Amino acid sequence: MSAWSVTEPSRASKWVAGLLVVLYTCITLLPLVWIISTSFKSGPDSISYPPKILFQPSLEGYVNLFTTRTRIAAEDFAALPPPETWYDRIVRDQGMVIAGQSRFGERFLNSVIIGFGSTFLSIFLGTLAAYAFSRFKVPLKDDLLFFILSTRMMPPIAVAIPIYLMYRELGLSDTHLGMILLYTAVNISLAVWLLKGFIDEIPREYEEAALIDGYTRFQAFRKVVLPQAATGIASTAIFCLIFAWNEYAFAVLLTSGNAQTAPPFIPTIIGVGGQDWPAVAAGATLFLLPVMIFTILLRKHLLRGITFGAVRK
Amino acid sequence: MAEIVIRNLRKDFGAFTAVKGSSFTIRDGEFFMLLGPSGCGKTTTLRMIAGLELPTSGEILIDGEDVSQKPASQRDIAMVFQMFALYPHMNVRKNIAYPLVSQGVPRAEVQRKVAEVAKILRIDHLLDKGVGGLSGGDRQRVALGRAIVRNPKAFMMDEPLGALDAEFREIMAEELRALHDRMHATTVYVTHDQLEAMQMGDKIVVMNHGVVEQFGTPQDIYDHPATLFVADFIGSPAMNFLRFDGQAAAGAGTITLGDHTQPLPRLQEPAAGALVLGVRPEHVALSDTAPLKGRIEAVEYLGTTQIVTLSTPFGAVKARTPSTQPARVGDLTGLALNTPRLSLFDATTGRAFRTAANAGVHHG
Repeated sequence: MSAWSVTEPSRASKWVAGLLVVLYTCITLLPLVWIISTSFKSGPDSISYPPKILFQPSLEGYVNLFTTRTRIAAEDFAALPPPETWYDRIVRDQGMVIAGQSRFGERFLNSVIIGFGSTFLSIFLGTLAAYAFSRFKVPLKDDLLFFILSTRMMPPIAVAIPIYLMYRELGLSDTHLGMILLYTAVNISLAVWLLKGFIDEIPREYEEAALIDGYTRFQAFRKVVLPQAATGIASTAIFCLIFAWNEYAFAVLLTSGNAQTAPPFIPTIIGVGGQDWPAVAAGATLFLLPVMIFTILLRKHLLRGITFGAVRK
Repeated sequence: MAEIVIRNLRKDFGAFTAVKGSSFTIRDGEFFMLLGPSGCGKTTTLRMIAGLELPTSGEILIDGEDVSQKPASQRDIAMVFQMFALYPHMNVRKNIAYPLVSQGVPRAEVQRKVAEVAKILRIDHLLDKGVGGLSGGDRQRVALGRAIVRNPKAFMMDEPLGALDAEFREIMAEELRALHDRMHATTVYVTHDQLEAMQMGDKIVVMNHGVVEQFGTPQDIYDHPATLFVADFIGSPAMNFLRFDGQAAAGAGTITLGDHTQPLPRLQEPAAGALVLGVRPEHVALSDTAPLKGRIEAVEYLGTTQIVTLSTPFGAVKARTPSTQPARVGDLTGLALNTPRLSLFDATTGRAFRTAANAGVHHG
């Protein structure tokens, strides 16, 4: 390639493009790197100035995240037998003893149940609704679709107070079911619209062939349409999960003792025994992981899903 | 295999009527063509027979049983789609086996049948490949395999050659016809290509604007078109139309065309008013002694024949003559029309008058 070509980018422009991508990646990843590295710092290292790039890694943050600790009188402390476990030792090194388990595990589990539960429900209902909108003559189809979309035009928090009152009356406040229903309600409009687009792109002939081959409509849907829509379902699921996983405002408002998710819980760690940044960072890191893993597992589908339609074939 | 009877079949989509009261019979083992321009209702008719659309009214009888309101899965019909519609997430073997799996055929039997069909269609070497990488012709063979594997009552084919290259088309058309001759399966085939219809069909239904214009053998339809639309749609170049005003009584064997008397097949009904005399280009001969005169406007050489375009007092006329016959642009010559092959149409209704020649032809 010596001559200038319309379709083939020149060597210089490839370099520039590459450099821009690397730069952008660094900027995007910096907060993540900061959080993950802070989670492995000791308390003093986490607040030292200038910040330490190289430091002695410590699991202090993670141990503090999962425990509650207490200070005891100096003579009692000195009289304690030597620590039995590695995490005992880490706590003892801070001049404290373990008082019990923190509620992080429980909150994290709540996030998993509510996040994945509402994602499953949104996708399940959304796929069926999208299929119906895509394939059948639904009376007032356009109006219904617009109605579904319009629920998305309003910031969800605008209805926070009515929902709070409604939930209190219905006994849904601070329950897993309540949170799953709420996040499903918010996500389902997105799910229906995205999935309808994906299903529209699947030629009807596939199902018709299956119908003629002796399958019922539902069998054709399950065995022919669903595998074809897998890409769309995967990318829609990621969007739904990210919303439900990260949601903060409703979680603060509607949950407290029982169904509280991780997002409102993590900031409360700060208040336990001074500003424990490593513990907060450890909580944030662990909180990041499921969505990150889910996204990486489905990244091929996600990429194809995002560019779907635009560059099909 | 089965006989399919269509009675007063009608399909409305909202205010639009796609098919208006069609009736025809497809005999057991026939290769039956539904022919017409796009939007004429031929595909809708096929889809109603297959059960993919439910008719607004009318009956569809397969072997005497009214199936018009039954779902596709209960009609025991196979279909080949224009875009093949092979299941993209399955390989060739699974695609062909799929209709058998739905019927709960035992595994060993499925394998045996798939192998047998693949052999007939010469795709046995492709069985374990995905369908994505296949050529158009091979995809078509797989689609055919999926259709024939379970011995259905009838085959529906929706422009199955439409997505193929020109050269492949010819080969597949021959293969399809050979397959049909071997299996004697009742086949309903939709096409807009009149050549395909003439070449492959035992019977043809010509449709236009949701109406059956004519129903018959390719020869009947070509030689004795029932309407101006059919006359124009079938044949290339199309039938010549000489427009004139005239009248003739029932039983007349001639009609006055301009200043001369033109013999016709004997009329069985009276004709009067705005008329159209239809004649195919191959039934026009150049003869200096003929009373109908025309000036040669153009000559297209086609090898053994040539198409001579002449201007006459009744409009342009094309004649297909042997290319050995001299024809010079600008010459004035006579046009001799082959009397037994003439058709007379009513210009307002487009209907062909009944004559001794087309008496047995089935009108739509």
